Amino acid sequence: MKTKMTFAAALLAATMLGGAASAKTLVYCSEGSPEGFDPALYTAGTTFDASSKSIYNRLVQFEPGTTKTVPGLAESWEVSDDGLEITFKLRSGVKFHTTDFFTPTRDFNADDVLFTFERQLKADNPFHAYVEGASWEYFNAMSMPDLVKSIEKVDDMTVKFVLNRPEAPFIANMAMDFASVVSKEYADKLTESGSISDLNQKPVGTGPFQFVAYQPDAVIRYKANPDYWAGKQPIDDLVFAISTDASVRQQKLTAGECHITPYPNPADIESLKANEALNVMEQEGLNVGYLAYNTQQAPFDKAEVRKALNMAINKEAILDAVFQGAGQAAKNPIPPTMWSYNDAVEDDKYDPEAAKKMLEDAGVKDLSMKVWAMPVQRPYNPNARRMAELIQEDFSKIGVTVEVVSYEWGEYLERSKATDRDGAVLLGWTGDNGDPDNFLAVLLGCDAVGGSNRAQWCNEEFNDLVQKAKTLSSQDERAKLYEEAQVVFKREAPWATIAHSVVFMPMRKEVTGYKMDPLGGHAFEGVDIAE
Amino acid sequence: MLRFLISRLALLIPTFIGVSIISFAFIRLLPGDPILLLAGERGLSPERYQQLRELYGFDQPLVVQYFDYLVNLLQGDFGTSIVTKRPVLEEFLTLFPATLELSFCAIIVATVIGVPAGVLAAIRRGSWLDQSVMGTALVGYSMPIFWWGLLLIILFSGILQWTPVSGRISLIYFFPTTTGFMLIDSLLSGQSGAFKSAASHLILPTVVLATIPLAVIARQTRSAMLEVLGEDYVRTARAKGLSPYRVVGLHALRNAMIPVITTIGLQVGVLMAGAILTETIFSWPGIGKWMVDSVFKRDYAVVQGGLLLIAAIIMLVNLIVDLLYGLINPRIRH
Repeated sequence: MKTKMTFAAALLAATMLGGAASAKTLVYCSEGSPEGFDPALYTAGTTFDASSKSIYNRLVQFEPGTTKTVPGLAESWEVSDDGLEITFKLRSGVKFHTTDFFTPTRDFNADDVLFTFERQLKADNPFHAYVEGASWEYFNAMSMPDLVKSIEKVDDMTVKFVLNRPEAPFIANMAMDFASVVSKEYADKLTESGSISDLNQKPVGTGPFQFVAYQPDAVIRYKANPDYWAGKQPIDDLVFAISTDASVRQQKLTAGECHITPYPNPADIESLKANEALNVMEQEGLNVGYLAYNTQQAPFDKAEVRKALNMAINKEAILDAVFQGAGQAAKNPIPPTMWSYNDAVEDDKYDPEAAKKMLEDAGVKDLSMKVWAMPVQRPYNPNARRMAELIQEDFSKIGVTVEVVSYEWGEYLERSKATDRDGAVLLGWTGDNGDPDNFLAVLLGCDAVGGSNRAQWCNEEFNDLVQKAKTLSSQDERAKLYEEAQVVFKREAPWATIAHSVVFMPMRKEVTGYKMDPLGGHAFEGVDIAE
Repeated sequence: MLRFLISRLALLIPTFIGVSIISFAFIRLLPGDPILLLAGERGLSPERYQQLRELYGFDQPLVVQYFDYLVNLLQGDFGTSIVTKRPVLEEFLTLFPATLELSFCAIIVATVIGVPAGVLAAIRRGSWLDQSVMGTALVGYSMPIFWWGLLLIILFSGILQWTPVSGRISLIYFFPTTTGFMLIDSLLSGQSGAFKSAASHLILPTVVLATIPLAVIARQTRSAMLEVLGEDYVRTARAKGLSPYRVVGLHALRNAMIPVITTIGLQVGVLMAGAILTETIFSWPGIGKWMVDSVFKRDYAVVQGGLLLIAAIIMLVNLIVDLLYGLINPRIRH
C-alpha cells in the first residue's frame, strides 16, 4: 500500500529523512500559532518559540538545557558594589538579519539595546503603542518599570542599567523573552515607510534563524542565519508546521511528516517510546503544583494542622491518577532542576493514622473545609477536579469533610487572592526566568499576600531570607539562603506541595543535538539531522 | 423580482443590528474577564488592571462600548484582537479563504452524492437500496465528527498512507498567497505536483465536513421526491407515456428541488459549525478554529466581529437561496 504514497509525500520524506536533497530542513510540528513576532508584546510560550527562541538574542542568555545565565549579545557585565548599576559590554561584529525586506547597514550596538527597552518603558517612545493594545505585559509583570531608574548609553558598545533597588534576579530577567533585542535601524526604516506594525509581523533579529514567511495557523518558515555570531546552524531551513491536536501531531511524527513535536498525550507516551524510529526525551518541568491553605483563617493558622493535612495526602495515588506517570512528587516549593533546590529536606510522610492523631492533639474535631479545583488544565495540574476528589477522599480518612468548589478561571484567580478566602486552593506556577526568587518571593513573600501568595502566608524568618538573597550578587551565597528558606517552608507547611510535571519531547531518531529547555521553551540552535 | 430583492435586502438591516447586539452581548455574558485570563497565574496589581481596562475601553459603560463598536463597524473597523493585537477583519480575511475552500468542496461533495442517492432511494422505495442509503445517512448524521476525523486519519494517513495527515499542502511547496484558495494558488504557482498535493490534502477534511450535510441532503431529497412522485401531474406524465427518466428528471426532480435547495442553503450554518471541529482535527487554518480559540480567551473583539462576519455570510447565502428559490419556483416571484 505504501507505493500509493503521493509523489509530494514521498518527496517530502526524501527531503526530511536524509534523502538526496541538498538542503537540510528540520520540521517542528508546533502546538499553536504565534500571536505575533515581537516577543515583548506577548506572554505565551508558543509565541516565544516562534519569535525570541529562533529569531532573536538577548544580552544574557540561558545556557541551552539549563537555567544558568551566560553571555549573549553582552560579552560580559559588571554589577556595582551597591548592586544598583549593571554595566553590559556588548559583543562586537554582531549582524542583524539580511532579508527580502531589510538590509542592515550597521552592526548591532547600544542604540538597539536602548530602543529595545525604551519602547517598553517610555510612553513617549514612538513604538510604545505601535500596535493597538500593546501593553508590554511581561516587562510589567517582572516589575521592570519600578525597578529600572534609567538606561544609559556609555559608548557604542557599553550600556548601563541604573536600578532603584538592588535586585539579583535582574540578570536572569535580562535573559527572558521580552528582553529580546530588536533592531533600531529596522524600526527607523519602518517608521519612514509608514509600516511600523511590520516590526511584529516581519521580524528582524540577530538570532540563529531568520524569518522567511508565515502563513497564519499553518506554517512558519525560517532559514539559518548565514552571519550568525555563534556560527551558522547545521540545518539550512527550519519549518514550524502548526498542528494543534496532540493525536494528529503524533500521527505526523510517526508518518515522518515532522521531526520533532511537543506536548504528546500522556496516554500515548508508551507507544511513542516503543516506536523504533523515535526517541522520547523527558525532563522535569520548571513548575510546581500545590494546595495552598489560607494561613490567616482558623484552624489553618496553626502549622501543625496544615502539617497533619499534608500527611494525609497520598501523592503517589495522585501521580498515577492525575499525571498518569508524567509527574514527580514535590517536596519543595521550587522544582529539582532549579539551582538552590534543597534535596536534604524531607517530605511529610504519608501517614493517615499519625495525621489523625496530630489533628486531635491540635484540638481540631469534625473539621469541614473547602478545596478549590481549577477549571483549566495546566502542566502542573492536568486535572484539578480529579486531584481535588482524591484529596477529598484522603481527608475523609482522617475525619475531615471536604467540599470541592470551582469557578471560571479568571474568577478563580481573582477570588483565590482574597485574604478572607474560605478554603484551600489548588494552583501552581511555571518559572519565568529560572531564578528561585521567581518562586519563593512571588508565591510566598509577605509582599505577595493578597496577591500571588495564595496561602496568605507571611513568615518573617522566611521572608527575611528571601529578601536578603535578592540583594546579593553571588549565586553561591544566595543559594545558601534559599536552601534555608526551604527548610522554614517545610516546617511551617503553608502549602501541600503536590507535584512537578514531567515534560516529554518525542522526536525522530535522526534528530541530534536537541536540548530540552527546563524553562519550557523549544529552541533549535545546534540541532542537526543525521544523514 | 426587483421588489422581491429589495424587500429581502430591507429585512437584512434589522437582522444585522440584532446579530450585532447578540454577538456583542454573547461573549460578555460568559463569565470571565479577558484581562485576567491574559494575565493568568502571574496576576496583575489593581492599578495595572485598571490601566489595562482603560487601554481596552472596558471601563466604559456597556451601552457606550456597544455604540463605539457600532460606529466603528459602520466605518468598516471590526476592532483589534486583544490577544494578537491585529485587526479582526485582517485576521478574518487571511483565514476565511481556507474555510471557504473546504466548505465549498464539502457542499459540492454532499450535493453531488446526496441528491442522486436520495432520488434513487425514493424511486426504489422500500428496496435494499433505499434501506442501505437511508441507513448510511442515519449513521452519517449521527457521526461524532471528531472521532470520525481521527478514525479516517489513523486509517488512511497512518496505516494505509494514502493521504497526508493534516495541513493544506505539503511543506515542500512554498509560494506566495495570491487568492488564498490553495487549489487555485497551487495551479498559479506553476510548481509541478503542487495542485495534486493541495487536492490530496483536501480529501479527508472534505469527507469529514461533508458527512452530516450529505446525510441531511440525501434524506431531504428522498422525502421531497416521494411527495412529488405521488402528485397527480407525475401520474399524468407517466400516463402520457413519457420515459421514466423524463418523469423523474424533469417533472419530479425539479419540483422536489425546491425544499432541497433550502436544505442545502441551511447547511451553510451546519458547515460553519462542522468547520470548527474539522479544522481543529486537520490543522486547517480557517476561521472555525480561530473563533473557538477566541472564545476560550474571551477575545471580545474577535468573537463579536467574527460572529458578525459569519452571520453576514450565512445571511448572504440565505439571500441567494431565496433568489434561487424564486427562479425555480415562479409562484414566489409573483
